[in-house]
Amino acid sequence: MTATVPGAAATPQTAPHAAVEEMAADAGVVVVLAQLAPRLGDVASNLGRHLDIIEEARKGGAHLVVFPELSLTGYFLKDLVPDVALHIDAPELEELARATADGLDLVVGTVLESEDARFHNAALYFSGGRLHHVHRKVYLPTYGLFDEQRYFAAGDRFRAFELPLPRAQQHRPWRSGTLVCEDMWHLSAPSLLARQGVDLLLCPSSSPGRGVAHGNALGTAMSYDAMTRTYAQLTTSFLLYCNRVGYEDGVNFWGGSRVVDPEGRVVAEAGDGEELLWHRIDLPSVRRARLAYPLLRDERHDLVDAEIERLRHRRNAEP
Amino acid sequence: MTQTVNPADALAIDAGVVERILVGFLREEVRKVGFERVVLGLSGGVDSALSAALAQRALGPENVIPIIMPYRTSSPQSEADARIVADSLGLKPEVVDISPEVDSYFDRYPQADRGRRGNKMARERMAILYDMSSAHDALVVGTSNKTELLLGYGTIHGDMAHALNPLGDLYKTQVWALARHMQLPSDVIEKAPSADLWEGQSDEQELGFQYAVVDVLLYNLVDARRTRAELRAMGFRDDFLDDIGRRVRDSQYKRRPPLIAKLSARTIDREFRYPRDWGR
Repeated sequence: MTATVPGAAATPQTAPHAAVEEMAADAGVVVVLAQLAPRLGDVASNLGRHLDIIEEARKGGAHLVVFPELSLTGYFLKDLVPDVALHIDAPELEELARATADGLDLVVGTVLESEDARFHNAALYFSGGRLHHVHRKVYLPTYGLFDEQRYFAAGDRFRAFELPLPRAQQHRPWRSGTLVCEDMWHLSAPSLLARQGVDLLLCPSSSPGRGVAHGNALGTAMSYDAMTRTYAQLTTSFLLYCNRVGYEDGVNFWGGSRVVDPEGRVVAEAGDGEELLWHRIDLPSVRRARLAYPLLRDERHDLVDAEIERLRHRRNAEP
Repeated sequence: MTQTVNPADALAIDAGVVERILVGFLREEVRKVGFERVVLGLSGGVDSALSAALAQRALGPENVIPIIMPYRTSSPQSEADARIVADSLGLKPEVVDISPEVDSYFDRYPQADRGRRGNKMARERMAILYDMSSAHDALVVGTSNKTELLLGYGTIHGDMAHALNPLGDLYKTQVWALARHMQLPSDVIEKAPSADLWEGQSDEQELGFQYAVVDVLLYNLVDARRTRAELRAMGFRDDFLDDIGRRVRDSQYKRRPPLIAKLSARTIDREFRYPRDWGR
């Protein structure tokens, strides 16, 4: 894997990454988006690649590594879902947790099996040697080429959580929330997270490329370009979009992982191959964006609540 | 093999019900696409005999065209058995010797091994069946059972190519049960299964296990979705489980249409999903 931060040649094995050196060591959080091509259904091999990438990120001075949706398993699993599923205390997950013991945090995608044999498409946040937060994908696409509701159970919440990021030494913890791929296509999802005061949207994805007839970009890439910039700008938050690459059963995943800043600008972007995308994000940028655009301050939660209440009553009154 | 696996009742079928469904399947699915007749390869084995018998019940003997396609090294007993099956069902078989075309091809590649030769024979037979399909306005009926489909014990675009297959969801032991129920010639049911692609070939010898054992495993693996630990507790050895698991995985491509590189928003078979019985 090669880094694509401008000015950064080969990733040094021990020295801090070039993206890290650009700022003082205490200014912000160094994130790595691990845009990889998981092997379909091969958890052992994917776990090995995760651990290698985590080690490389650690040596480069990263604080947070984000992997794509279902990074441990691959995407078009079909009937492999129960075969690759992990229980929350699985040794594979304990191994990933241990990799975060010295302060490097981690977002990993896998199939999580519940005690009552439900299978969730989940994004796990590891920190400080343990599992810190689980987001179970709420919106399971079942249309077009997607069949997720056939195989997965849906999550039932969008919850913000604090990022421990122990090595980043922030003056306050970041608040974050996770949107997995299709979750992003529902406007209410980022709204609910924004209302919980997030500074950072974590967006792991396995987006297949399709629609080559429009302009010079894939239709799906154009959709995610619009969504990622809009959500970051309207929530005045950083957004980390980590998509995968590679092919499964003839379907191509287009990559294009990116960091969008709280003013909606794409500040780092990956190509269409495997790579680690490094970038430094910081809370002062969030503050500046909210000074310039105090959208969250001006949000009328009372009005929203009243309107939703009215709509609920009207719906209940319908025959 | 020291595995101590009990034959499972799970493989038991109500042969009367199965026969009714499969006869209805052939009658409906053939006629609904505008055909009256079917053509199929008759090898002298139990699978093709059963397919022929079901087709005969579904469409009448005059509408079933069996083709016997021996190669010069095929066992004479195979052709004799095929004729017995045809006679017992009131069918008039056509015999097409595939030796000239197969030999003519391999004259150019005399070093070709028997695997290549066997596949070529299977595909030669497929090409003949599809020509007969056109000549007689008849659909090609397949004879692959669930055991061989799952193990990949067949030739892609050879015996695995056909328009419709009444046996694809029956394990080999269930094929035998249905064949007995339908009173097919007992010699055909009792003889050792063979693809007869080379002299002395035997399915169970070549595969390295017995259908009676592998069918119980496949049922518990595929239909009942039992875990490795459960299968082990049933008496299956790890090396056997590894071998069968690998065979099923590695032959998945044979059971799927070819990969289409996705580009558009509506790729054939991915988002473009109409029933095969579209408009019928």
